[in-house]
Amino acid sequence: MEHFVEPAVSVSDLHARRGSRKVLDALSLTIPAGLVVGLIGPSGSGKTTLMRAIVGVQVVQSGSVSVFGQPAGSASLRRRVGYVTQEASVYDDLTVRQNLDYFRAVLGAGRADVGRVLEATDLGPNAGQLTGSLSGGQRSRVSLAVALLGSPELLVLDEPTVGLDPVLRRDLWALFHRLAAGGTSLLVSSHVMDEAARCDRLLLMRGGEVLADDTPDGLLAATGTTDIEAAFLTLIEERE
Amino acid sequence: MNVSRTLATAGRVLTQIRHDPRTVVLLLIVPSLLIGLVAWIFSDTAVFETVGPAMIALFPFIVMFLVTSITTLRERRTGTLERLLSMPLGRGDLILGYTLAFGLLAVLQSSIAVLFAVTVCGLSIAGSIWLLVAVAVADAVLGTTLGLLASAFARTEFQVVQFMPLLVFPQILLGGIFLPRDQLPAVLQAIGDALPLSHAIDALTAVATGSHDDAYVVGELLVILAWIAGAVVLASLTLRRRTP
Repeated sequence: MEHFVEPAVSVSDLHARRGSRKVLDALSLTIPAGLVVGLIGPSGSGKTTLMRAIVGVQVVQSGSVSVFGQPAGSASLRRRVGYVTQEASVYDDLTVRQNLDYFRAVLGAGRADVGRVLEATDLGPNAGQLTGSLSGGQRSRVSLAVALLGSPELLVLDEPTVGLDPVLRRDLWALFHRLAAGGTSLLVSSHVMDEAARCDRLLLMRGGEVLADDTPDGLLAATGTTDIEAAFLTLIEERE
Repeated sequence: MNVSRTLATAGRVLTQIRHDPRTVVLLLIVPSLLIGLVAWIFSDTAVFETVGPAMIALFPFIVMFLVTSITTLRERRTGTLERLLSMPLGRGDLILGYTLAFGLLAVLQSSIAVLFAVTVCGLSIAGSIWLLVAVAVADAVLGTTLGLLASAFARTEFQVVQFMPLLVFPQILLGGIFLPRDQLPAVLQAIGDALPLSHAIDALTAVATGSHDDAYVVGELLVILAWIAGAVVLASLTLRRRTP
């Protein structure tokens, strides 16, 4: 059945640079809809550049990226794709609620949405605090809350769980799966291998290339390993 | 273009500034303090009557240029600009939102500066004080919009601060404050006549001294407004949704 569902994202023969460095070189992949897909790889492997290309904020040299069948960055996609950058992209000199109110107005989402995303990210008690006075983990949750506004169909999350305590990390992964169960497609990057096991599918990236595109179990079976880190090492050794 | 997104942006910028009371105070009183200093320097001469109107043009213009360019650069550096441009926010909505927010501050700042120059520093105004305030506000908004434009070309705080001497100082030097423009070398005079700050200085001087009629002042005001509109359009066009 999966083959008949339109993929959330398809990337074909994508070339992109950051500065003078070639980051993505002839990258092709598809991201199925309605799943939590993990984009796993060391820092510098091209995860962020790929995510920026999917959101449509990256200048690409050649190749195509389409999201729900439309070219990435199209005006009609700007309401359907939520993006969380690694650095919390929120206003430090506004309270949490003021941040959410502003982005809600930009997205044209309903007022009730602010309460919903505050609850989903467990930020209710902090709503009246200045964002700049929050801890790093809380600030990145504000950034995530902004991305949840307007219930986008695709969420592109760049390392959303860095620096969070284990309980919160577990809660966020539970949230990601609840969203996916409701039909949202998620692409979540991480350089922490133990997070990979929580994904429905994995894309392992290294040096701007996709080493593997499989389910966590499929990956372990294919490499004859018992954890994702070992599977990653096996794949790298096979290539060399 | 979308009115509610533009207004939401203006409201957000004002809320940000409200959380920083020291900036609000500096923004509102620094031009007046500087005008007061100039008046004090020339207290035993008649010079302030001549340069006073130019000072009302100068200080709010510089302050607004700096504050706006740094605020928008900060938006670029913290990633919020990228986030906004990945959302359904028009580039013009953002620039106009900023212009409105800082325009409102300019109204307050320029009104205080004019009031201070007239009541405390004893600057005499031959023409309409409302026309004087209108030109002063337009001049401060011009500083804002040029600041918005400049920040589009700056990648770092160091760069944006240097746009001040690059874009603002020549306008001061060629604006006729140091030497009347008709005494400048022909090329410099032609450049000086075209620069927007010159029009603001001319208009304010004309209102204060009554050397020209209101129609002349309104004409100069329209030139300043055209520069504002041009800077807003250019600043919107130079915003890029995609970056390398």
